[in-house]
Amino acid sequence: MGELQIKKQSRKYDAVIIGSGAGGGMAAYVLAHAGLKVCLLEAGPMFDPKKDSNQLKNPWESPRRGASTKFRPFGDFDGCYWGWEVDGEPYTQTGNPGTTHWEWWRARMLGGRTNHWGRISLRFGPKDFKRKSIDGLGDDWPIGYEDIRPYYDKIDRLLGVFGTNEGLENDPDGIFLPPPKPRLHELFIRRAGNSIGIPVIPSRMSILTKQINAERGACFYCRQCGRSCKVYGDFSASSCLVIPALKTGNVDLITNAMAREVLTDREGLATGVSYVNKTDMQEYQVDGRTVILGASACESARLLLNSKSARHPNGLANNSDAVGRYLHDSTGADMGGYIPNLIDRKRYNEDGVGGMHVYSPWWLDNKKLDFPRGYHIEYGGGFNQPIYGFSWGIEDLNGKGGKYNLMGAKKEAGGYGAALKKDYRSLFGASIHMAGRGEAVANKNNYCRIDPEVVDSYGIPVLQFNTSHSEYEIKQAKHMMETFSEILHTMGAVVTRGQDNNEANKWGLHAPGNIIHEAGTVRMGNDAKASPLNKWSQAHDCKNLFCVDGGPFVSQADKNITWTILALSMRSSEYIVDQLKKQNISILPPRPGKTNVYGQA
Amino acid sequence: MDKRKSIKALLVGTVSAGVLAEACHPGDKKAMDEKVAPADGGNADGADALNRMKEEKENDKTVLSKTFFTPDEMATITILGDIIIPKDEVSGSASDAKVPGFIEYIVKDMPKYQLPMRGGMRWLDLQCLKRYEKPFSGCSKDQQMEMVDEIAWPGKAKPEMTPGVAFFNLMRNLTASGFYTSEIGGKDVGYIGNVPNQWNGVPADVLKQYGLAYTEKDLKECVSFT
Repeated sequence: MGELQIKKQSRKYDAVIIGSGAGGGMAAYVLAHAGLKVCLLEAGPMFDPKKDSNQLKNPWESPRRGASTKFRPFGDFDGCYWGWEVDGEPYTQTGNPGTTHWEWWRARMLGGRTNHWGRISLRFGPKDFKRKSIDGLGDDWPIGYEDIRPYYDKIDRLLGVFGTNEGLENDPDGIFLPPPKPRLHELFIRRAGNSIGIPVIPSRMSILTKQINAERGACFYCRQCGRSCKVYGDFSASSCLVIPALKTGNVDLITNAMAREVLTDREGLATGVSYVNKTDMQEYQVDGRTVILGASACESARLLLNSKSARHPNGLANNSDAVGRYLHDSTGADMGGYIPNLIDRKRYNEDGVGGMHVYSPWWLDNKKLDFPRGYHIEYGGGFNQPIYGFSWGIEDLNGKGGKYNLMGAKKEAGGYGAALKKDYRSLFGASIHMAGRGEAVANKNNYCRIDPEVVDSYGIPVLQFNTSHSEYEIKQAKHMMETFSEILHTMGAVVTRGQDNNEANKWGLHAPGNIIHEAGTVRMGNDAKASPLNKWSQAHDCKNLFCVDGGPFVSQADKNITWTILALSMRSSEYIVDQLKKQNISILPPRPGKTNVYGQA
Repeated sequence: MDKRKSIKALLVGTVSAGVLAEACHPGDKKAMDEKVAPADGGNADGADALNRMKEEKENDKTVLSKTFFTPDEMATITILGDIIIPKDEVSGSASDAKVPGFIEYIVKDMPKYQLPMRGGMRWLDLQCLKRYEKPFSGCSKDQQMEMVDEIAWPGKAKPEMTPGVAFFNLMRNLTASGFYTSEIGGKDVGYIGNVPNQWNGVPADVLKQYGLAYTEKDLKECVSFT
């Protein structure tokens, strides 16, 4: 190996942003449009959905017919690079008694996991910011719905979301595009839900059912948002934030840049970021007046904990000792089956948008239940593009002797030949699926920390996880199972998945991390002794350092977190623009001449 | 703006002009596929290639460089595949859809299937040797079908046939995965999506069939196309 050197850029940026997903992408967008000079570090390669999406590919164009690999755990056409494992980047678990291994999804690409996410875009409601005041558990946020509402409004308009205004107390109305009509199985679900008092309303997803600007096309209903969209018809940070930010000329994007640590000066303020370039394996440093973390909740915590110095001996911005703590994910549990009424149904194109057209927001009062927080229900089913795994396990379904007989008492399950081909046709499009996504109570003892021994292939110490479910989450999952069973039986479905869940497997509760909503590790709060960040997502201990991913979340509601990451990041970014212009947080001398030399004010 | 023009406006500059004319005629899928793919052009491997990151390309090369099944095993897979999915009045057979090649690929991509497939075929050959003094592929059609009938019906198979039932279940499932993800199989099962489309709700005759209807609220709030 040659002599290892650290290459320093002479240029000083207004901000160095780590990560190009929802949080980092929004920060780059806001700062660049305010005329600030930004260096954006992304650990993966460039990705532009317009060129790189696998949208409209046929199953036979994949040699594995759309099956998953470690590179694409959601299938061969999926729009996300990497997932539960990344070559050369391990993570570990404490293995303490009672813990359940954290499953950590990591995207490595421009736009991060927003290239494939579900586009479910739910505002947190007024109660979601004040849970401790309601049930005494966890902590209240230092902000309320009214603080974030203007930013939800702005991102609704900027990025587009469909839905309906229902006037629900804790599922606020928004500025919605029209939703798509329910599909056939969704009408079955709604009829069943209505009859047993469970609301089933149009879903709220960031997909353009109407065009909103000249840069992005409208949805053309291929159900493939997970592959990312060639016409930018859905929200990804790549297509809707970073690529437009690059067009301002104010952003230098460095791809394949794996951040190593945040650099600080003797006063403890951030001066920039050191990173390894994964392409040439050289070490680099880039200087900024501010540093903004958007690397994902856990990666941002890892960066802080790896950025130790004389002024920050416990890791950067960690006088509270809360960095890495309060790690939590959405809860998840599922059930599914077949609707016998839909066997041999008429064929037509029902692709629709990428995901559900209806969902069920939380509808009950937890004061009357034995668990403190709610969940919403997501639905799936119908005619899906056949991919690897098509009708797998038909021997359980197509006759007597099968585990679940959907085809009448006369014929035997299993088989072969023309009769079997008929069964495949009969069952196509008759399946139904539901998934609960609930709020877990953030807990100080669920954490990630630096593994004392293990480093990744770049020599960066890795994270070690210590997470467990509490009775709150387990009882919530039990309630999900009871609810799903009731809905499915009301609609006359035969349940073939999830009905065996029981106490021993925590009612099918997914491992923490598995729902891919990591949050809480760099939380905000007014008390610097208990929280790393203030209400602007600005570090209490390092005023020119911010975190804009899932890290700042005090709690994550029963709402998928992306829309709130975007709103919080926009709010923090506008604050940063304001503060930089006032030179409140600059650690560099004021620049000569005009305060805004990079373009529009 | 009429629908055709509005779709055109949306797609300009992103998907090829060829799509535009087709967008209101979702029926002509093949023409669409041919036209969508070449327009994106940004893929170093050619417009039709899947988007792959560097590590995936290396992995795909490694997988394809190996051969797993022997010619005899491939012969057995081909016979069994065509018993499971034969040609019928609707569509062709598993081998017409190149299912054996898919199974060869998938066991290299998913090594967990290598042992059950190889061991299952060996079990089958030994059964046939005992009964007919020939391995499965060398047996007559009647003998093959007699053997298959022992393992194809999980509910009535004899207990000593359990390993064969497990193998045949796997073979049935892999064959279905290969067949219904082929162009022939997709048509057979009647999947007609994966094209630019306008979702305008469940067709009226289907709503009627199931005693369902859209509400006034649906019709007022939801996007619709005329």
